[in-house]
Amino acid sequence: MAQLCIEGLTAEVAGREILHGIDLVVGSGEVHAVMGPNGSGKSTLSHVLMGKPGYTVTGGSVTLDGIDLLALSTWERAQAGLFLAMQYPVEVPGVSLEDLLTEALAGAGRDVTVVHAAVAAEAERIGLATRLLDRPVNVDLSGGEKKRNETMQLAVLRPRFAILDELDSGLDVDALRACARRIEAATTEFDLGVLAITHYTRLLDELKPDVVHILVKGRIVESGGPEMADALETTGYAAWVTDDDSTDAPLAAADPFADPFA
Amino acid sequence: MTPSDAPPASPIWFEHWRTAASTRLGEPVLPSTDEEVWRYSPIAELDLTSWTAPTRDDGSGVPAGALAVLDTIDDPAAVVVVRNGFVVHHEMSAVWADRGVYVGPIVDAPETATPQELLGSVAADGPDVFATINDVTVIDPLLVWVPAGVSVDQPIVIIDWIDADDVIVAPRLIVRLGANAEAKVLEWHGSDDVAAFVTSLVELDLAHAARLGFGSVQQRGPRIWQVASQVSRVAADATLDSAQVALGADYGRTRTDCRLVGRGATGNLRAVYFGVGRQTLDFRTFQQHAAPDTTSNLLFKGVVDDHSKSVYTGLIKVEKDARGTNAYQTNRNIKLSEHAWAESVPNLEIETNDVRCSHASTVGPIDEEQRFYLESRGVRTDVAERLIVAGFFDEVLEEFPVPGVVPLIASAIEDRLDRRSEA
Repeated sequence: MAQLCIEGLTAEVAGREILHGIDLVVGSGEVHAVMGPNGSGKSTLSHVLMGKPGYTVTGGSVTLDGIDLLALSTWERAQAGLFLAMQYPVEVPGVSLEDLLTEALAGAGRDVTVVHAAVAAEAERIGLATRLLDRPVNVDLSGGEKKRNETMQLAVLRPRFAILDELDSGLDVDALRACARRIEAATTEFDLGVLAITHYTRLLDELKPDVVHILVKGRIVESGGPEMADALETTGYAAWVTDDDSTDAPLAAADPFADPFA
Repeated sequence: MTPSDAPPASPIWFEHWRTAASTRLGEPVLPSTDEEVWRYSPIAELDLTSWTAPTRDDGSGVPAGALAVLDTIDDPAAVVVVRNGFVVHHEMSAVWADRGVYVGPIVDAPETATPQELLGSVAADGPDVFATINDVTVIDPLLVWVPAGVSVDQPIVIIDWIDADDVIVAPRLIVRLGANAEAKVLEWHGSDDVAAFVTSLVELDLAHAARLGFGSVQQRGPRIWQVASQVSRVAADATLDSAQVALGADYGRTRTDCRLVGRGATGNLRAVYFGVGRQTLDFRTFQQHAAPDTTSNLLFKGVVDDHSKSVYTGLIKVEKDARGTNAYQTNRNIKLSEHAWAESVPNLEIETNDVRCSHASTVGPIDEEQRFYLESRGVRTDVAERLIVAGFFDEVLEEFPVPGVVPLIASAIEDRLDRRSEA
């Protein structure tokens, strides 16, 4: 069984530390939910894992089956088996979905002749209209269509581990169910390990977590079974958020020479 | 400068016209970068005396490069190949000739096409001195004439090729569409790797409700200077779809003057350009709205790599009578190298209310979010950049009026991107 192993991960954005030491181990076929309020570092965690420019890792390690992911560029991480379903999938004008997936598979030395059929089959399974497949990547897609598209690409690329960054934001309940079911099925179909980063519990109605982690202020403050998500549903994050945490600290100490109109 | 090697037995009206042009030109005074429309250009480096007029002995027959372009066009309505300024080949399908269409040297045009009235009828004295130099230097001006009511649904192809060294060449093309006529014209400017100076002038004249798709491709060799103008006059309810592709030349410039002179006229002006090495690609555009309810859409998209430069300056001018004008102007540039340089200066001049105008311009590197997205799927960085750049041009190329040549253009663009991956 492969493992995505995060140890003592600290990271900063624009000189400010956002992640203060994250420890997580996700095994193949497992679903881990990372839940937290706004500003807890959820998106930073997903971006850092995929190597997005602008985020600096200051300590700790991330390995996939023993491979040091932090030493790799973004595309190498993807080829090592990591996938990030983005919260806001980017529109890429003029680039077709099939070209993208063909280049992705070709880069990993995989069979590209299957792309067309795999896209068609997965799109049907996820309920992504065929007419949308000819559009440039994400261009003019609705929120729900974009998330179905992310899930469709995940299913075609068959990574070993997928990070879902707020997959449940900006989509209707039907799209959410379709995406969650497809990913749940992937955990048995190709033993996909999932790190589902989310604010709300509704994603977890269809995508059953094995472990739930509560992320607050850049730290995992508690981990437990799926029942923790149920508790969150009724109590919210109040139990983990102290008064001191309830308002975000200022980005930086006030600069007495700062332009007051900036 | 003297008129050279005019075709034998050219009609008297042509000789008169040219003599008048020579008188008008006198001793040419070249522009300087003090003029806004030449700002940022290397025009100060131009020395007209270093170029000589070509002769018929410089080459006959259709050059191989031109044949490669022709091979991509299925079933053209007409083809003209010009080599070093001389027409070396022209053919037209009898179907269209029977319907009064004419494509070929203007001096051979039938009287019904009123050839003696057409030279300069749109450009007048021309937007700049290079138009007058064209008048004086051109050997075989070309005419595309489509009578009123005729829709030519096969492409008309004009290839201008240069393979003589140190020559001055002056391509001249007039396209005249009668009322409610329709045509698609491709103008391809290619060359071998020679040094030459080119001053090109295109006059597009669209009568009432005419529809013209005009695609022009500039893929000259890296030692050529080309200073080109495209001047159009679009009458009421007529539509011009112009698409330019600029890839070649050491200095390649096109000035585009689109004059919407009749109510409901439309000008769609698009361009793509891709600079490499030390070349400079230069575009000046004028969207002139002189009648009510006119529409212009301009979209120029360029990439600069290595030490190349691009210049875009554009003016939307809406005259007093042009109520209900819609005018849009967008120029987007991607800088692939920190040494490359792109200048973009959009401008508006509006003399009436009741208009909708917008202009936008951007210069920047490849969008980091787009690249990250593609890389996150496992696409290598250089491949991701290739996809993004090719996709950036797609918006213009997918509307190219003569789609047959688009694969040829796309492969020229890919060659430029491959060169990067190998570097």
